[in-house]
Amino acid sequence: MSLQKKKTPMREQDPKERIKNYKEVPFGYNDQEALMEAERCLQCKHQPCVDGCPVKVPIPQFMQAIKDGDVVEANQIIKTKNSLPAVCGRVCPQEEQCEDLCVMGIKNEPVAIGRLERYVSDYNMERGSDKSSSKEIEKMKIPELKGRKVAVIGSGPAGLTAAADLAKYGLKVTIFEALHDTGGVLRYGIPEFRLPKSIVDKEVESIKELGVEIKLNIVVGKSLTVDEIFEQGYESIFIGVGAGLPRFLGIPGENLNGVYSANEFLTRVNLMKAFKYPEYKTPVIVGDKVAVVGAGNVAMDSARTAKRLGAKDVYIVYRRARNQMPARSEEIHHAEEEGIELKLLNNPVAIHGKDGCIDKMECLKMELGEKDDSGRRRPIPIEDSNWMLDVDTVIIAIGQNPNPLLTKNTKDLDTESWGGIIVDDTQQTSREGVYAGGDVVTGAATVIKAMGAGKQAVESIKDYLLNKKDN
Amino acid sequence: MYKVLKKEKLVPTITRLKIMAPLIAEKTKPGNFIILRVDEKGERVPLTIADYDREEGSITIIFQEVGYSTKKLGKLEVGDCIKDLVGPLGHHIDMEDCKKVVLLGGGTGTALLYPKVKGFYEQGAEVISITGARTKNLIILEDELNEYSDKLYIATDDGSYGIHGFVTEILKDVLKDEKDIDLVVAIGPVPMMKAVADMTEEYGIETIVSLNAIMVDGTGMCGACRVTVGGERKFTCVDGPSFDAHQVDFEELMNRLNFYQNEEEDVAKENSAEEVN
Repeated sequence: MSLQKKKTPMREQDPKERIKNYKEVPFGYNDQEALMEAERCLQCKHQPCVDGCPVKVPIPQFMQAIKDGDVVEANQIIKTKNSLPAVCGRVCPQEEQCEDLCVMGIKNEPVAIGRLERYVSDYNMERGSDKSSSKEIEKMKIPELKGRKVAVIGSGPAGLTAAADLAKYGLKVTIFEALHDTGGVLRYGIPEFRLPKSIVDKEVESIKELGVEIKLNIVVGKSLTVDEIFEQGYESIFIGVGAGLPRFLGIPGENLNGVYSANEFLTRVNLMKAFKYPEYKTPVIVGDKVAVVGAGNVAMDSARTAKRLGAKDVYIVYRRARNQMPARSEEIHHAEEEGIELKLLNNPVAIHGKDGCIDKMECLKMELGEKDDSGRRRPIPIEDSNWMLDVDTVIIAIGQNPNPLLTKNTKDLDTESWGGIIVDDTQQTSREGVYAGGDVVTGAATVIKAMGAGKQAVESIKDYLLNKKDN
Repeated sequence: MYKVLKKEKLVPTITRLKIMAPLIAEKTKPGNFIILRVDEKGERVPLTIADYDREEGSITIIFQEVGYSTKKLGKLEVGDCIKDLVGPLGHHIDMEDCKKVVLLGGGTGTALLYPKVKGFYEQGAEVISITGARTKNLIILEDELNEYSDKLYIATDDGSYGIHGFVTEILKDVLKDEKDIDLVVAIGPVPMMKAVADMTEEYGIETIVSLNAIMVDGTGMCGACRVTVGGERKFTCVDGPSFDAHQVDFEELMNRLNFYQNEEEDVAKENSAEEVN
């Protein structure tokens, strides 16, 4: 039997239907499709795919377990390295990571590793067999660490991963979360149709079952300081508070009614459930014509959410060209299928108002020039090419910086000029016993990179505590 | 969960609740606020911390029942719990080096003013308080203000109590008669704060206003509460809520406050309908 050259397709909701609901877009593989896809794995000895994974999931091994018909075992294999597989199977940019290095992908399409990771997680979640086996966990426990206290600040991807791995070593872990619910960006940022919140709930639940305690509504830097956490007997701290400070364009009219940061727009809809207004009491006003400025995943999420909230015309306005858009190609594809229009090589220069609300957004046309520092061709304004885009809502999705609340209120914690916490290659900060990782260190990046940093920090915390004890 | 320890209706639509929240009480200073969520479906509502008792581990909030959350909050009884409570948020007011302070509160703004009145008085400043409301039975916290003020002036729009007129009219006389005022603090409706700012600017007296911008998270994450102060973008939740009154763009603030007015009224209406049923 020759191997199939293309990925086994994943069935999805019809675009015409899905823009009327918030349900997940792809349905996920069934058993047969999963088996067909797993059969495509060549079981390479040198395992290049694993090198592409920031948390080093043993990919060929879990593929083999699927082939063997043992999906429960496949999940246990994934869980040795990844505490959030149902999340990663959905939102990781596999095309740039594991799948990019897949040998199958040299001549054909790579194995759909992400889709299979999702399949394995969903299969086990449905059957209640998604928790790490207690035998595996017992094996990881380190006697010298048993019961010693470590604090994790932030319950996003970095914090959850760090907490799970710390708990597996036998440490007593407390997560401090500023919001009233867990998950960080997984909860407030990524919409239901891309990552159902029931999945986040289950992943958090399985981390709690490892013995991790989660304290909500604690803003470290305000309610509690890093020093006070140490005073409470925690021996080490991991900071994973993400990049929560929205950037604005700095153009006239940005404070008009109808201009949102993507953070505000998505937080209203996802965390506060404005899509269920008036049952849930937080509203979100969306007009008929919406412009989303930016072209990353957050921009796609905002545009597709606006469409589902009833906007007729939704535009992505981006100053660079299509092949420079930072969003995953899958997300751009989904957005276009849903009728989102791309206005590329356009830079907003002003938002014009009428009676305090948005009337029009003025854009300047751009062309591509020489390569810039990022290796992309620099967009250059075309003189006198100004034109007006008729919109009543503008969502700014051009990135976030770290929220300064914690860093400003923590003594001796060194930060970059843009607010990122400075760490060495072990994720250690300028303060003894304090480690950091994720977007608060790198600036806005991906879920899986944050998780990778969380894992790295755990190894450093382990070493720190073991050496500390010897002193 | 955060338990209600004491409840008191100050006037039929304004309620004072004392809530168990030791961690917040320990850190609170005058000017800080909390965000609460009354239940699973409620909004995140910012409210000024009106008082606190570190020994008891409690904080006090005072609120007007206007929307879903505040009406539901007003129905809580002693022993009931609030789902989520986070704080203390925002910057507190720096009270040192003030020897003579004039503080004005309009309507529910008086509730927000009270912790500052008490704070200034306790650190030894001469405190002149001015409070006002539409009519006599809407005047709140008169006894409390009296206790912590060297002078207390009261105004009502209809003349049913105190001086007939607005708090700003009293301020006009106070600015004329009193010498060496170090600071004026005004909290209330935006037009009142703007009027105060205009008056004190003439006298060159430093003036602080506390802004009630729309917030979602209250921790600097969403930017909904952005205001223009001295030509710069500031977030009310983390940079404020108190700002130099002479630098605030009040018109922009007023416009932004109106954005969700229809939705707020709808939810309030729906609430009343639920009550009838």
